Amino acid sequence: MFSPEIEKIDRKQLREMQLERLKHIVAYAYERVPMYKERFDKIGLKPEHIKTLKDIENIPYTTKDDLRDHYPFGLFAVPMKQIIRLHASSGTTGKPIVGGYTRNDLDNWATCIARILVMAGATDEDIFHVAFGYGLFTGGFGLHYGVEKLGATVVPVSSGNTERQIMLLKDFGATALIATPSYAMYLAETAKKMGVLDDLKVRLVCMGAEASTAEMHESLQKILGAFPTENYGLTEVGGPGVAGECREKAGMHINEDMFYPEIVDVEHNKVLSEGEQGEMLITTLTKEGMPILRYRTKDITSLTYEPCKCGRTLARMSRVVGRTDDMLIIRGVNVFPSQIESVLMGMDELGKTYEIIVDRVNYMDTIEVRVEVDDANLLTDYSKLEALVAKIKHALRVVLQIDVKVKLVEPFSIKRAEGKVKRVTDLRKK
Amino acid sequence: MLVKQLSVFMENRPGRLYKLTHALGKEGIDFVTLSIADTKDFGIVRFIARDNERAYEILKKEGFTVGITELIGVEVDDKPNALAEVVALMEEADMNIEYLYSFVLTNHNTAKILMRVEDTDRAVKLLEEKGIKLLSEKIL
Repeated sequence: MFSPEIEKIDRKQLREMQLERLKHIVAYAYERVPMYKERFDKIGLKPEHIKTLKDIENIPYTTKDDLRDHYPFGLFAVPMKQIIRLHASSGTTGKPIVGGYTRNDLDNWATCIARILVMAGATDEDIFHVAFGYGLFTGGFGLHYGVEKLGATVVPVSSGNTERQIMLLKDFGATALIATPSYAMYLAETAKKMGVLDDLKVRLVCMGAEASTAEMHESLQKILGAFPTENYGLTEVGGPGVAGECREKAGMHINEDMFYPEIVDVEHNKVLSEGEQGEMLITTLTKEGMPILRYRTKDITSLTYEPCKCGRTLARMSRVVGRTDDMLIIRGVNVFPSQIESVLMGMDELGKTYEIIVDRVNYMDTIEVRVEVDDANLLTDYSKLEALVAKIKHALRVVLQIDVKVKLVEPFSIKRAEGKVKRVTDLRKK
Repeated sequence: MLVKQLSVFMENRPGRLYKLTHALGKEGIDFVTLSIADTKDFGIVRFIARDNERAYEILKKEGFTVGITELIGVEVDDKPNALAEVVALMEEADMNIEYLYSFVLTNHNTAKILMRVEDTDRAVKLLEEKGIKLLSEKIL
């Protein structure tokens, strides 16, 4: 463990630490960020009303719109002089989300990442190939400084130029790969196509920035022969480093000394208990640059506080089922793209890249899944391809309860993402 | 005794067949046969090249899903009813032909029939017993 004193902490002691930090951060945000002061004053809430961890439930949520409305620096709690780094989300819809970091914030961030890398099985002997984009995106620099903090070797490749990345993976002898799940898969596929899989020494793949499924991890492990783990974070609360999987792969350990998680039923404004699935809220407990209280992540997950077999006592969040933003409503039925991914990744004869196209034809929602055919054994007989289409349709129907159009496409015909992947095209919105 | 054929998965949209034929053509690969099943969304392109192994490597590198299928090749006189006689033999033995195509090379007075069956070994045995001339890859 990178921080055993925290990662194995007695939970009672942790709760005391969290309460102390919560009281501090609430007062800090109230005094320094006008938005929080206004919101608190409006409902008559004072920082001193926070006496127990449960009192956090009286604090209003913070949403993505709040961050956008105060673009770019409106939620910063310190003068610019103390902000030594800025990051921002890609901002595909409207203004980006901006984050400002003090020196302490950057140091804590690197610590969180270093913990997550050690959880994933890394040591200071590893050579990390960081294929996250470097720039405003929190992924590249976030992981970069975490690797340095761990004392391992960092290869800041950034994104793009896949064939060159494979050459470098091979020539530099990287033992760990940091990438989005979709790009890790693309690298593996390309290495296979180039016939150099056996020359790679990658033993760990640390994936983040997009959700992934157990089936995707299995197929990646099968192709690349490396142990994949997932980690979690979001720009709004600082970027990656909120939580990560250990070798047990039994949920992601949350860095609870820095992030306080809650699961809520947003519709009924109710905090849910251990094991119940709902939207996760995060309160940053130590952020100086931009403290955020009860941020609505839109990510659907659940928490467990049971100690893990790995010895860590930090709470674990289950793999994110989906973002409330990603949920599709098809003919009145809720569909998460992750459900579709689970079905497709479980079939060996298929490639690992797919796309989902939603449309509306004659007032009826239609959903089409395009997936690449990867198994030459299917080609002896045309009926095998037809049988495969029928099999996929059936499996999707069982999971989703609706009929899905399935289209087999050629390998590498679906566009590969080098940053965050976009699997779903919803033509209804046009 | 079997003839190797390459099978390639192909989407039914403009430009795909060109991509395949051009990838091979620019490397000097010569086709002996080529057939495409007529389908809506996707199909299988089946062909035999002069140099199947190189064709296979090239297509793999280009990212196609390509497989090798073994066919039975038969040579018959280029005259009426020759094909029917071969098919009759198969039918009598209750052997299903999954697909078949035939061609005549110029300067030859024989026709060549290529077929894919479920049980290749059994079919080869049957045809040999009946004295039908089987093709090897080289004869092509």
